[in-house]
Amino acid sequence: MLKTRTLTPEEVQATRIYREWGLTDAEYRQLCDQVLKRLPTHTEAGLFSGMWSEHCSYKNSKPVLKKFWTQGNQVIAGPGEGAGIIDIGDGQAVVFKAESHNHPSAIEPYEGAATGVGGIIRDIFSMGAQPIAILDSLRFGELTDPHTKYLVSQVVAGIGGYGNCIGIPTVGGDTGFDTCYQHNPLVNAMCVGILDQADMQKGQATGVGNRIIYVGAKTGRDGISGASFASAEFNDARESQRSAVQVGDPFMEKLLMDACLEVIHQHRDVLVGIQDMGAAGLVSASAEMASKAGSGLELNLDLVPQRETGMSAFELMLSESQERMLLCVKAGAEDEITAVFARYGLDAVAIGTVTTGHQYRLWHHHELVADVPVDALASDAPVYQRTGRQPERLAQQAGEQFRPMVSDAAATLKRLLQQPTIASKRSLYRTYDSQVQTNTVVQPGSDAAVVRIRHTDKALALTTDVNGRYLYLNPRVGGEMAVAEAARNIVASGAQPLGITDCLNFGNPEKPEQFYELDEAAQGISRACRKLNTPVVSGNVSLNNESNGQAIYPTPMIGMVGLIRHHADITTQDFKRAGDLVYVLGATQGDFNGSELQKLLTGEISGTLFDFSLTIEKQHQDLLLAAIQAGLVASAHDVSEGGLLTAIAESCFGRGLGVDLTTDLSAVALFAESQSRFVISVSPTKQVAFEALMGTAVTYWGQVTATDDLRVQATDQLVQVSVREAKQLWEEAIPCLLKSKD
Amino acid sequence: MKFAVIVFPGSNCDHDMANALRDVCHCTVDLVPATATTLAGYDAVVLPGGFSYGDYLRSGAIARLAPVMTAVKAMAAAGKPVLGVCNGFQILTEAGLLPGALRANRSSQFICQTSTLRISNPHTRFTTAYAGQATIQLPIAHGEGNYYCDEATLAELRQHHQIVFEYVDNPNGSVANIAGIMNRQGNVLGMMPHPERAVEALLGSIDGLGVFASLIAHEEESHA
Repeated sequence: MLKTRTLTPEEVQATRIYREWGLTDAEYRQLCDQVLKRLPTHTEAGLFSGMWSEHCSYKNSKPVLKKFWTQGNQVIAGPGEGAGIIDIGDGQAVVFKAESHNHPSAIEPYEGAATGVGGIIRDIFSMGAQPIAILDSLRFGELTDPHTKYLVSQVVAGIGGYGNCIGIPTVGGDTGFDTCYQHNPLVNAMCVGILDQADMQKGQATGVGNRIIYVGAKTGRDGISGASFASAEFNDARESQRSAVQVGDPFMEKLLMDACLEVIHQHRDVLVGIQDMGAAGLVSASAEMASKAGSGLELNLDLVPQRETGMSAFELMLSESQERMLLCVKAGAEDEITAVFARYGLDAVAIGTVTTGHQYRLWHHHELVADVPVDALASDAPVYQRTGRQPERLAQQAGEQFRPMVSDAAATLKRLLQQPTIASKRSLYRTYDSQVQTNTVVQPGSDAAVVRIRHTDKALALTTDVNGRYLYLNPRVGGEMAVAEAARNIVASGAQPLGITDCLNFGNPEKPEQFYELDEAAQGISRACRKLNTPVVSGNVSLNNESNGQAIYPTPMIGMVGLIRHHADITTQDFKRAGDLVYVLGATQGDFNGSELQKLLTGEISGTLFDFSLTIEKQHQDLLLAAIQAGLVASAHDVSEGGLLTAIAESCFGRGLGVDLTTDLSAVALFAESQSRFVISVSPTKQVAFEALMGTAVTYWGQVTATDDLRVQATDQLVQVSVREAKQLWEEAIPCLLKSKD
Repeated sequence: MKFAVIVFPGSNCDHDMANALRDVCHCTVDLVPATATTLAGYDAVVLPGGFSYGDYLRSGAIARLAPVMTAVKAMAAAGKPVLGVCNGFQILTEAGLLPGALRANRSSQFICQTSTLRISNPHTRFTTAYAGQATIQLPIAHGEGNYYCDEATLAELRQHHQIVFEYVDNPNGSVANIAGIMNRQGNVLGMMPHPERAVEALLGSIDGLGVFASLIAHEEESHA
C-alpha cells in the first residue's frame, strides 16, 4: 500500500516543502502571521499552495484583468462565474469559456489535450447549459521538428478522442506554428453551450445544514498540485518535478454531464449549487462554493470515493482526477439526488455540510486536519502589482516596413500556401466529429463555424483567433488586432459579434518585460472589445509559458461568439458561381512586418508593427454585415495571414472555381497583411444595390470564372496559377510534413 | 410508424436519430434505455451511433450483452426492421445479427467527412426510395469502420444481394468497399454512414432521408 507521510507543521516550516508546491517564503509567512496566526498543518499549507497559485487566484494577473471591458447590455454573467453568459433572446443564452492546458499537453500531449477538453466542457454544463460545440486553438513549434510532429498528432488525437466520444462536435479553432512554441505548445480549448435562462446555475453553497455531494469519478493520485504545476515555468533542472498528468475518461464525463443536466432540469427545487472540480480539485470547488455564498463548510474526507488506498488529506484535496463535480443540495434531498446518479452508474456521496460562520474545516480519520478561514483560501489570495518594462527588442525596432522583393508572385503564392500556418488543416480537423448533434451548418475550414439553434431561425458563429507575431512586434496593437480578426471571422459568416472569452498565454509575469507584454495586450484587447461591442465574459490566464528562460510570443487567444439572426444570413468564404463579381473591402498598404511573407523570406519577423485603426475596422465590419443582412453577398472571407492572394485562393478552393481579376496594386502588395479587409463576391443581380451600400470602401476586381485559373493582373505582373494545383499544395502540405521522417 | 431508438450508456447520436425521425419524418419515437427487456409495440428499432460503454474492450462488445439486445434479437427474428448506424452497426456484428466485423480504419485515425456511396441494392426495404439514384452523399464519422469478412462470407453477401451501400472512394479500408450490409432476410441493416445527419438541406444534404422514407413506405404498404 502506497502511503504518503504527513509532515508536522514544524517539519513543513523547517523543510520548506511548500516551495515545491509553489508557495513562496513570503506567502508562507503571510499564511502563518496574518491568516492563521500559527503554523499551518501539512494539509493546510497544501490547500493554500493550490488556491494561491496563479491558476486559481490570478494573483499576478488580477490587476490586468480588471482593465477588461466586461459590460454590455447583452451580458448576463461575466468573469467570476464558471463561464460567461450572454443573452440571445427567446429566454435563451449562450454560455462559453476557454481554458488552456499548455503545460500538461507539453508533457503528455494526448491526455493533456483530452483533459483540457473535458475540463472546459464541465465548466459549461455546470452552469446549466447543454454543450453544443468545442473549438481549439493550438500553437506548436515548426513542423520540421520530430518532437513537434509527435506533439501535433497526439494533441489532435486527444482532442478528438475526448470530443468524439462525449458527443460534442469540434467545429472550429485555429492552429499556428512558430519556433517559440517548440518546447511550450499552446493547447487552448473553448466550449460553447446553450442555456435556457431558467436553468441558470451558480457555484454556491448556501443554507446552513445543506449537504455537499461529491459525484462522478473516484479520486486518485493523478494531477496532484496540477494548478501549481501549471503556474510554474519549465526548465530542464525541474524536469523531474513534473507531476503526473491527469487521465481523461470521456465516457465517464458523458454520463456525468447527462446526469448533472438531468438534476438541473428535473430537481431544481432541491439543487442549491453545482461546480466542477478542475484545477486544485476538491479544495477549489468546495472553498469557492462556500466563499461565494458567505458560508462555512465542513467535509469528511473519509467519505470521498477513492481509487487508491492510503491517500492523505493533502492528496485527496489537491488531486485533479477528472470527471468529478460537487453539488450543494437541500438537507434531506440527498437520496433524491444520489438516485439520479445511481441510474447512470455514478458515485454520488454526501461528504459535507454547509456550516455557520466562515471556517473551512476538513476531517480525516477523525482528526481535524484543516481549519482555516474560507475567504482566505478562495478570495483573499495575495495580489501582486507587478511592474512592466518595455522589452529591449521593442525599443530597438526598425521603424520602416520590410520591403520584400517578389519577382514571381505565382511561385510565392504557392510557397505561402504550403506554410503550415496557412496550409489547410483538414487532415487535422477531419479526425474530429464536427457534425454530431446535427446542428453544424458551416463545418471547420471557413472563417467561423456556424451552429444553428434548434427550433429557431437563429444560429451562432464561433471562432478562435490570435496572431502572436503581431503581438510580439507590438503587444497593445497586436491585442487589438486579435479581437478585430476574430470579429472579422464572425462578421464574414453573417453574424453580429456578441462577446469574447480569452486564454492569456504569456511568459513569467515576475519578469518586467513579460508583464509589460501582458499588460499592454490586455489594454489593446479591452479597447477593441469596447469599440466592437464584444465584452469579455470569461477566460483564463496561462502565465510562465517559458522554457529555459525563453518566452513564447505573447499569445492571447480570443474566442468569439456571434449571433446570426436568420439562417438566410449564413455566409461562407467559398466563391459560389461563375459570373459573380469580386470586390475587396478595405485598403491595402505595404504592411509586411510580422507577415507570413516576412517569415518566409527572412526566417524571422521584426520591425514595428504596421498601423491599425479600430474606427475603420468597425466601419468595414458594419458595412459587410449590413450587406449580408440585406442579402447582397454571395461569399465573404476575411484577409489575414498571407494577404489578399491567399484569401482569394482559399475562396476559389471550396468549389474549384477560378477568378479573373485586375488590380491597381503591385504584385507584392497582394501579400501585405493590412487589416480590416475582406474578399467579397456578389451576384451580378445585386451589383447595383451592393455598390450603392458599400460606396468607396470597396474596389471592384473582376469575376469568378468556371475555369481552373486563378488570374490576377497586377500593375507589374500577371499572377496566374492553377486552382487545382494550388489547392493540392495547400491540402497536402501538413500531411506531408507530418509524415516526413526528416 | 413507431420507432424505438436504443440508448446505451455512451450512445451520442440517439437524439439526432430521434430528431430526424420525429421532426423531419413525422414518426413516433421513444428513446428506450438499454436496460429495457421488451420492445413490444414498436414497428422498428434503431441502434444509434456513439461510443456505447465508452467503446472500451472493443466497439459494441459490451453493448451486445445489454438486456435490451434480447428484445432486439426478437424483433429481428420477427422480421421487424432493425437499423444499426455506426456504433449500432458495430453492435449488430458483435451480436451476431450481421456477419463480419468492423476494424480500425486503415489510417488508424478517426475520419469525419462526407462520403459518396453507391446504392448497391435499391430493392431493399431500406433503399426503395433511392430508385433511380446511382449515388448519394452521406456523412461518415468513425474510427472503426473498416468492414471485414472472409471470402466465403463475402461471396454469400454478394450472392444474396446483402451489400446495400458501397463507398465510391473507400475511406477506411473496408473489404469490397462495403459501407452497409443487411441480413439475408432483409430486415436488419447495418451501415457506417449516418443517414440521420443528412435530412435537412440547411446542414448540407438530404440524401439520408431515403433510408427512413423507404422504411416508412414499406411499413405503410404492409398495413395497406
